[in-house]
Amino acid sequence: MARLLILGAGIAGQTAALHARRKLSRKHDVVVVSPNSKWNWIPSNIWVGVGYMKPEQVTFPLEPVYKKTGIVFHQAKAVSIHPEGDSTTSNPYVLIECTSQEKLGQKEKVTYDYLINATGPKLNFDATKGLGPRKNSLSVCTYSHADETFKHLSESIERMKKGENQTFLIGTGHGNCTCQGAAFEYLFNVEFILRKNNVRDKAKIIWISNESELGDFGMGGMFLKRGGYITHSRIFTESLYTERGIEWITQAHVKEVMEREIVYENLDGEEISIKKDFAMLLPPFSGVGLKAFDKNNNDITSQMFLPNGFMIVDGDYSKKPYEEWKPSDWPKTYQSPKYKNIFAAGIAFAPPHSISKPMTNPNGIPIFPTPPRTGMPSGVMARQIAYNIVDMINGKADEPKRKASMANMGAACIASAGAGFFKGTAASMTMYPIIPDFEKYPDSGRDLRYTSGEIGLAGHWIKHFLHIAFIYKAKANPLWVVVPE
Amino acid sequence: MSVRKPFEQSYYPPVPTKFTKFFRTNIVYQFFRFLILNIKMLRMVRKH
Repeated sequence: MARLLILGAGIAGQTAALHARRKLSRKHDVVVVSPNSKWNWIPSNIWVGVGYMKPEQVTFPLEPVYKKTGIVFHQAKAVSIHPEGDSTTSNPYVLIECTSQEKLGQKEKVTYDYLINATGPKLNFDATKGLGPRKNSLSVCTYSHADETFKHLSESIERMKKGENQTFLIGTGHGNCTCQGAAFEYLFNVEFILRKNNVRDKAKIIWISNESELGDFGMGGMFLKRGGYITHSRIFTESLYTERGIEWITQAHVKEVMEREIVYENLDGEEISIKKDFAMLLPPFSGVGLKAFDKNNNDITSQMFLPNGFMIVDGDYSKKPYEEWKPSDWPKTYQSPKYKNIFAAGIAFAPPHSISKPMTNPNGIPIFPTPPRTGMPSGVMARQIAYNIVDMINGKADEPKRKASMANMGAACIASAGAGFFKGTAASMTMYPIIPDFEKYPDSGRDLRYTSGEIGLAGHWIKHFLHIAFIYKAKANPLWVVVPE
Repeated sequence: MSVRKPFEQSYYPPVPTKFTKFFRTNIVYQFFRFLILNIKMLRMVRKH
């Protein structure tokens, strides 16, 4: 009998848990530890933030799903990993702290034979002074944040209906943020909803971002074939902003968020302030702060995690300049080099470096996006990790054989630009590979046969359909396995 | 609302014509695009 322990029940954790449970016989345990009692389809949180959906439509309780599928569930947060056990046991274990009302604060040891760290990010609002829903800005990172943001948006709309002008500031709240796509979606949905409420003329909407140019999205942008030209996504994105009368500020590190104003530094090192009435600014991500200890209780956290809290896996983490980065630097199996029975999936693994070119201003502040690794890539790598572990448990392999490098993986991304069955639109983008390969594709870094982008109502239909399909899949409803990652 | 202000950032990017905007939400054309986009995404999924 073997036990697979999965930390986290987001897209990566849930995908790994369901695939492992499906493939493993019942004599083996699949255990999930998550501090949340609900599963959240995060890509639809932006629709909660504009009132198109309610929080109940983007969440469901995890426990019934795990009961049905035979997965053991602990509502708890992981505190520390003990890969060699401790002085009392040689079995590896994870120390967890319960977060359910009945067992709040209780600590337990959960042993494992294989471990997947799919803990996702810590929303590091503290990285910027005044950033975050408890302070001076709003967020759509969680369904509760998005719900609160919608209340503030409704208040702003009411003020505009009474004749007031409002300034909306939407984007990233720090020089090292990722997930520009989510902020982009929220920006366009807000603009759409303001038009729908006939108050667009009262609103000044400003995008602020750490991207070097619009359309970078943390992936160095991409090239698309459009109208007889091979065009950078910057042109495509600038066109979308211009069409909607949205101003943009790029190369910005937000330094402080105040009640009615924000201060940012740009790449030239200048400090600039802007007035705002409404600010939805995403925080930077860090690891969730897991610690690791060896058998003698020595802290080995720095041997398993990078200083930003993300787990070291089989990537090339040597420091080298941008010009020397290679697609082969990116991890393939997501196995910890130190402990072969530990893996990391989704946001929890440490990328070897960014995808966009790193830039630093004269004051030494880095201003560039960190790599996105959510959604489709996160699900694909989680599935491959689960299959590798199943093979190792079943004695079919003694090391992970399946690979899921982001350098050999494509991604499809649907970015909503306004919700509605007849009037909604979304930008539909596909790219291959996610990590640009300028040796193989010297001009664009990507295969133009598989890299595309367009905006239209069909994109909205697809985004809505994916919302339904992925929640269906995460609930492990009949034939869930036919829904791809 | 005019989208272009001379010599400001909004002056330079391309903007869609009425024709392009119309087809973005035209049900028949978008149904066709829906099929094409699904094929594109399935091709991507099959590469994994």
